[in-house]
Amino acid sequence: MLQEYVDRKYRRDNKPPVEANLIKNRTAIVGIGQTSYTKNSGRDELDLACEAIRNAVDDAGLKISDIDGFDTFILDRLALPMLVNALGIPDVAFSGEVSGGGGAGCAVAMHAAAAVVTGQANYVCVYRSLNEASGHRYGRGDDFIEYMPVALTPNYAYTWPLGFVTPLGWAGVWGKRWMYEFGITREQIGWWPVVLREYAQNNPDAMFYGRPMTHQDYMESPMIVDPLKLHDCCVNTDGAAAYIVTTVERARDLRQKPAIILAASQSCPIEQEIQTVYQRPIISGLVETWYVGQELYRVGECGPDDIDVAQLYDPYSIGGIIQLEELGFCERGEGGKFIEGGDNIRIDGKIPCNTAGGLLSEAYLHGYNLVIEGVRQIRGTSYNQVKDVELSLVTAGPGVQSSGIILRG
Amino acid sequence: MAKKSIKDKTNRAKSGAKSRKTGHSMAKNSIKNKTAIVGIGVVNFSKNIGRSEWYTASQCIKLAADDAGVNIYDIDGMVKNIDDGPDPSYVQKGLGIDNLTYHSESHWGTSAMMNAVQAIASGAANYCVYYQPAHRASGPEKSISDYRVARETRDDSLDLIRYDFFSPFGLIGQTGYVGMTYQRYMYEFGVKPEQIGWIPVVESESAARNPNAIFFDKPITIKDYLNSRMVVNPMREYDVAPKVDGAIAIIITTTERARDLKHKPVIISSCAFGMAPEGQFHTSYTRDSITELPEMKNMARELFRIAGVSPKDIKAAMLDDTFIPYVPMQLEALGFCGRGEGAAFCEGGDRIRPGGELPINTDGGSFGQGKLDMTRIVEAVRQIRGTSTNQIDNADMILVASGAGGPADGLILRG
Amino acid sequence: MTVKYNADKRIPHPAKWAVLYRSSTPFWDGVKEKKLMLQRCKQCGTWLNPPRPMCPKCHSTESEWVASSGKGKIYSWVTYNEAPDPAFKTPYAVVLIELEEGPRLVSNLADITPEDIRIGMPVEVTFEDVAEDLTLPKFKKAG
Repeated sequence: MLQEYVDRKYRRDNKPPVEANLIKNRTAIVGIGQTSYTKNSGRDELDLACEAIRNAVDDAGLKISDIDGFDTFILDRLALPMLVNALGIPDVAFSGEVSGGGGAGCAVAMHAAAAVVTGQANYVCVYRSLNEASGHRYGRGDDFIEYMPVALTPNYAYTWPLGFVTPLGWAGVWGKRWMYEFGITREQIGWWPVVLREYAQNNPDAMFYGRPMTHQDYMESPMIVDPLKLHDCCVNTDGAAAYIVTTVERARDLRQKPAIILAASQSCPIEQEIQTVYQRPIISGLVETWYVGQELYRVGECGPDDIDVAQLYDPYSIGGIIQLEELGFCERGEGGKFIEGGDNIRIDGKIPCNTAGGLLSEAYLHGYNLVIEGVRQIRGTSYNQVKDVELSLVTAGPGVQSSGIILRG
Repeated sequence: MAKKSIKDKTNRAKSGAKSRKTGHSMAKNSIKNKTAIVGIGVVNFSKNIGRSEWYTASQCIKLAADDAGVNIYDIDGMVKNIDDGPDPSYVQKGLGIDNLTYHSESHWGTSAMMNAVQAIASGAANYCVYYQPAHRASGPEKSISDYRVARETRDDSLDLIRYDFFSPFGLIGQTGYVGMTYQRYMYEFGVKPEQIGWIPVVESESAARNPNAIFFDKPITIKDYLNSRMVVNPMREYDVAPKVDGAIAIIITTTERARDLKHKPVIISSCAFGMAPEGQFHTSYTRDSITELPEMKNMARELFRIAGVSPKDIKAAMLDDTFIPYVPMQLEALGFCGRGEGAAFCEGGDRIRPGGELPINTDGGSFGQGKLDMTRIVEAVRQIRGTSTNQIDNADMILVASGAGGPADGLILRG
Repeated sequence: MTVKYNADKRIPHPAKWAVLYRSSTPFWDGVKEKKLMLQRCKQCGTWLNPPRPMCPKCHSTESEWVASSGKGKIYSWVTYNEAPDPAFKTPYAVVLIELEEGPRLVSNLADITPEDIRIGMPVEVTFEDVAEDLTLPKFKKAG
């Protein structure tokens, strides 16, 4: 099982040839839009989605009626016909949805790119709208199961009766194992949220804008589920975000500098569960992130050293840090040391990470805000702009079937 | 230094893309004939299959892989309908596939097909399986139209606002939703149940010859149709496809790879999806006209454009007959007959029988087999392979349509 | 009254999906005050039915709720012979009303038996308290 991962040898012989990958260099993200991120929007999710989509369309220099495709999470609660009726779109030529919670964060962009590059749609709108703070909260145990599709639940039969009911707890198990195997300390982990909070201080859209946090604040914050402290956890958010994907040819005629998709990949490795990936030979790593990264590097014909800035999906700190290892930014087990002091992930560091504040300090918009920040880094319009960005990497949720993209100018 | 050289490489790719001035028109329609269906797997239908959907999902995928001559471990893409059966990550576990490089889901009809085609055509996967295990007869009630079920299970993936405006008045369930449209259709075009009834009659004839169609050992007559229970006037019992337990999987790959496999490839000539303004699932009552299927019309326009053919080239059509009154409307929307002429087209049954002008649902359809949308794709594949239990002559171009009354999707398959 | 209810079963209430859809609240608030309220785009006057946050014609998010005259015609109808929900006693009819302003609404008939229903029949709104906590807009013969 997962011999490729155990041996760290990615098989290329069983993959479609790179030349057959039509997405590569032929598609781009051309418009980005978001609502304000709040604790209580006071508005419908449909309302929020319309605003974010209109902002994305305006940003691209398009008309709403240009959109002829949609992609989102299966978790998204909007009925597509209602959205289409509100937007007044004459015809929709493509519609897709992706499972795996936050793991779909970049898969939606990949599928949108596949749709436009195969001529099945012209402009695909990728959207997500959620009143996660004021409405249903994914991290809460009591009604979590009600919101999960029935078919996803077999593994819950083993965990629920034990009171083992929240993603935080499930992830804590593999997080703890990682800390144990490699001697990672809580002090080291703390640098991830601390640096992200620094970034958020320059980002007026961030939920934690104007609320700085020191490493000491972090250390003194309460433990939610050992080993995760309050500030290791993402910030529940009400809001919506959207972006538009089209072909590179069409992108040239639009308002913004296109963020071209160099590579996009998806991975669902065996024994994938919602965070309870305990049957794998190794649980102290993120198998899906490793696969996503390997495929991105294969298709993009590049490596971790070529990446200038990264947005790593971090529902909790450990999820972000282990991804640094799995994507090759540091050695396996060296994640703790790598982020000690935080300099490596700061703006002038080896690999600046989550430069808008990430899910911990900007917003928990299921990774859509990470894609948007990845695009801004290519455009040169980030609040924490990294210099001379050529390649900008974005990943999606760890611990579930995951995905990633590499953007370029 | 290493860093620089790799960036040069990506820059080369960039300038390559730039110089490809004609790339746009090349990319356009690029799914045409690029992919093919190479394997089908059908778990025998029953009224109580006695197994989990997880079990039958694995079973039908194995059957499809064997049919295609594809090693299960070579499957690297999976798509499915959201409502049917377990997520790819579970199915994968049972099959022992190490890693999937593509998976996607869809709400509507058989539109996941489009994802599968794109996965293969864009080079994201080699072999994509589309599976649909659905145990609607014995399984838990998952009817998306049932207000109480929707509230209790918080089936919030669908459009709940309409329940506000329908349920308090007792307009509950898809049969009632469709009845409202059917009533108006009869009024506007003078359509009679005596005409529409020939559709289930003809389908039951085909079903009687198809061993996997368990509902009709012998065909029904038009009299049987007219005498069937009036469930929601004007919808009779025989206007609605029965529920069944079953599981279907198909495998899609590139046309190139398909040529090395066991069967003659069934080439996907075209694949399209369509929606239209003011659409609601079966309840688009606020449109100017409620008796046509504009989603289907939009889909068909794209479907025929990509394939470069017209309705007269189609040898047989597998239409969405979950609700019989939608069949004549589909014939109109797909361009097989004029507006308001669908019912007359079906009257007497001769034109829609195997051997007729446009044979429809030659496996007995959802009416004869129970509702499992993928049966339409399977029967189209069988017609092209020449293995249908109601085989027609020269079956070289077959149309599949799904999603009547909501977002629509379709396929044109050829030999 | 042509719809009979089972007294011990709760009639399906408009869902209070407070976070998901707040949009239909003004309609039901209006019904409580025996008014038939419709949403309309403030900028271009397009009816927004069912309610929604954005106008599909002009993409304005400014809308207003205005009272309908309550007059209209029967556009289509069905009769349930088998109850889809235990609250309803069969047979009963459900009608689709086309209001004179244009929008269509699903409703029941107050004084017309299923046998007498005809498409095109003129009707007007009436409000019926069907349960302690539920008023519904229904339609009766105009005149």
